[in-house]
Amino acid sequence: MKISISVNGDKQTHDVEPRTLLVQFLREQANLTGTKVGCDTSSCGACTVLVDGESAKSCTMFAAQADGSAVTTIEGLMTDGKFNRVQQSFQDEHGLQCGFCTAGMVMAAVSLLEEIPNPTESDVRIGLEGNLCRCTGYHNIVKAVMAAARVK
Amino acid sequence: MTTTTNPPDFSGGPSPRGSILGNAVRRFEDPKILRGEAVYFDDLSPTGLAHLVFVRSTIAHARVTNIDTREAETMPGVVAVYTHENIGLKPNVSFAMLPDGFARPPLANGTVRFVGDMVAAVVAETRAQAVDAAEMVIVDYDPLPVVVDPEAALADGAPILFPDLATNVAIEFNFAEADPELMAEAEVVVSGRFVNQRVAPVPMEPNGIVVEFDKEKNLSLTVPTQAPFGVRDPVAKEFGLDPEKVRVRAPAVGGGFGAKSGCYVEYLVAISAARQLARPIKWTETRSENMLSMYHGRGQIQYVDMGLKRDGTITAVKVHVICEAGAYPSVGAFLPFLTRTMAQGVYEIPKVEFTSVSAATNTTPTAAYRGAGRPEATAFLERIIDMAADELEIDPVEIRRRNFIAPEKFPLTTVTGANYDVGDFNKALTEACRISGYEELRADQRSRRERGDTVELGIGVSTYVEITAGGQFQEFGAVKIQSDGTVEARVGTSSHGQGHATAFAMIVAELLGVAMEDVRVVQSDTALVPRGSGTSGSRSLQIGGSAIYNASVEVLEKAKVLAAHLLEANPDDIVLHDNARVGVSGVPASALSWADLAAAAHDPTRRPAEWTDDEGLMSELDFNQGDATYPFGAHVAVVEVDTETGRVNLLRHIAVDDCGRVLNPLLVSGQQHGGVGQGAAQALYEGVSYDSDGNPLTGNLMDYAIPSAAEFPSFEVSNTETPTPLNPLGAKGIGESGTIGSTPAIQNAVVDALSAMGISHIDMPLLSLRVWQTIQDTRAK
Repeated sequence: MKISISVNGDKQTHDVEPRTLLVQFLREQANLTGTKVGCDTSSCGACTVLVDGESAKSCTMFAAQADGSAVTTIEGLMTDGKFNRVQQSFQDEHGLQCGFCTAGMVMAAVSLLEEIPNPTESDVRIGLEGNLCRCTGYHNIVKAVMAAARVK
Repeated sequence: MTTTTNPPDFSGGPSPRGSILGNAVRRFEDPKILRGEAVYFDDLSPTGLAHLVFVRSTIAHARVTNIDTREAETMPGVVAVYTHENIGLKPNVSFAMLPDGFARPPLANGTVRFVGDMVAAVVAETRAQAVDAAEMVIVDYDPLPVVVDPEAALADGAPILFPDLATNVAIEFNFAEADPELMAEAEVVVSGRFVNQRVAPVPMEPNGIVVEFDKEKNLSLTVPTQAPFGVRDPVAKEFGLDPEKVRVRAPAVGGGFGAKSGCYVEYLVAISAARQLARPIKWTETRSENMLSMYHGRGQIQYVDMGLKRDGTITAVKVHVICEAGAYPSVGAFLPFLTRTMAQGVYEIPKVEFTSVSAATNTTPTAAYRGAGRPEATAFLERIIDMAADELEIDPVEIRRRNFIAPEKFPLTTVTGANYDVGDFNKALTEACRISGYEELRADQRSRRERGDTVELGIGVSTYVEITAGGQFQEFGAVKIQSDGTVEARVGTSSHGQGHATAFAMIVAELLGVAMEDVRVVQSDTALVPRGSGTSGSRSLQIGGSAIYNASVEVLEKAKVLAAHLLEANPDDIVLHDNARVGVSGVPASALSWADLAAAAHDPTRRPAEWTDDEGLMSELDFNQGDATYPFGAHVAVVEVDTETGRVNLLRHIAVDDCGRVLNPLLVSGQQHGGVGQGAAQALYEGVSYDSDGNPLTGNLMDYAIPSAAEFPSFEVSNTETPTPLNPLGAKGIGESGTIGSTPAIQNAVVDALSAMGISHIDMPLLSLRVWQTIQDTRAK
């Protein structure tokens, strides 16, 4: 089936099998491999992207369900060659180590800060519950998101 | 060649040029990752790529009576289907110390021995087609008796995994006759049976491989590994190839934690298929597959007796360990040796008796996982000493202090043969107590008890010493000045998230005065680095970093000789100036840039006559530290336990870890946070489990509870700095300290919360149900 998704402002139209997941569409059809796959039970959140501005695990939806939508991935977060505040704070606060969860974590954090502009530490921890990291103990991820919230 | 220089003092004020060492330098690795541009193996799709998917056993132990691949072979897009018959691989011996009889046929040859054992492999044009076809491979199983529990596997009449061996014993360690007088000095003997449960490493990136061929048709492999040479050499051996003709690259790697060491048999199957088909192949493990096929860690049952005087002085320790080796015993079977090595821990213990037996069971094989044998030692020591403290009514901090090996005793060899380099155990414990406010916490605990609060406070202490760079003391390092004056540093370690490119660039920049941005660190590619043992055992900074350090020192010495020659000066008068130029002391204006020097080194008319070769301004060496280092530390955990529900809440975790000189506190604290997180996860949440038929009950991330941010507090991590004399950086490892110190502190905290009820031990993971059940059982007594 032919579907069309605006990915990072770029219209991507591809003929895919109906069972194609959004994450497969992004990685294999749109060739945007920044979005990762870390599990097969929608548990880890490495595949988190924004679909029409809201965070979504791109392994939990078919590409066809995003037909006509606007999707933002980690590759589309920068503006005029500058990091989004969340990207910048992840760098500044050492919020990543191996980097495999990072794209999903950053996208989830962007969405979280849209929803809760001035979060408490507890808001951040609960808000990121759907994104797993094995390297950082979450310490610096939480610190990074709190720091990003302070950048207005 | 090996060179050692005195440790630089970068702990205090600025060096003459303003030292960067010791500063929290942000990582060079991050921007690429944060833009989504870092390339992990699964991001590669070379032209002509075919995809491989495994058919794995759904039965824990069975005869395979028939494999019907006919229908699968006719499925759309299928290129080939492989079984034992046509894959062309020998049974694989993954660890040399174990009997060859435990060798693993990469694709099952008549018998499957755990759920996840591979039976067939399907190669198709797309991954979806391969998955579809794999489902059409029909395997007939004739079930055999299953053994999951390692103690049951050692009992008479147990099902035997390898009948030719007539035993499930993979390896035993027993270094001395049992001493009948072992506990003769003891006034009290405290005993326990502790389960250090099997856990799954769960790096966020699962396993896999991309097999390609270069223009000369030589193998070129991209593997998410911690040790590229650890893949290259077994591959070359298996296929009878010259190792130089096999290229292994580790691209960006999404975590390893020990489980991405070594050469998985899955790699061999993918390579054999690619060679037969003469086309590139990719295998990408799914997470559910990963939970079955990636080596598990820990998995010890420990019987421990500790003898003490009434004043708390330890007189002896006796330990018997039963280790779960899994269906095809590998490194995991050997790890009780490291548990034994660390069985004396931070204490003066005159007599240590340690025996172990590692058993094959119908489960996923075990191997190294963050700490690899050492956390298990700290776990039993810290548990049993707390039980002793409880029994003798001595404060847990005090009983530890009464038994610590004193700082002036170092260096020393323990009764189990570990050569401790440096240590000041009470310094770390005192600091952890200070940060935690230990006395105030105890007062809070008392007042809760006095007012009958149903939510108890628990305070857990653990002190540890561990082995880093154990067994792998040597590493390759090279530093070369490029024609533009930038520096290339090559190293045999292989970063997979630790930030080595940043750390090693700091070392070069410090010694050569160049900007960190002008240092390119080359690693993780067997075509670009001649040799290397990779990254494991917390070895990389101390061994690989020291190799880079010494190579930088040599390059600077060469540069001084060259500058003296060019400036017609005495080499002793040549210095590295603040402007990163090399020239006569006090005369920076005439000093030479690194680019000038690199050009001169390649010019026979400008360099000294005795420099006959044209290698340029470079140094290549192997640094050998000669022994392991022994980092130590103290952790304090503070928990609340709701006695009505059994729920444990980790309120605070304080980690004071001594890894010697700290090169980059940002990276060190990151390792501490991550280690504490994984250690806390073992204490509170994680555990691989099987039913009695060997079916995994934790086969995906829904059922295996790796914690999220919501389960943890922020951690309070800091360091004491006791430099090791063994390397020029004064550095010891930090990668595994967090997991070693945190798990027992948290377990002790939960038991401490419930100690007033008469509870002296609860096995991990300390999930609500288990804690609640223990409370119920205790109250019913």
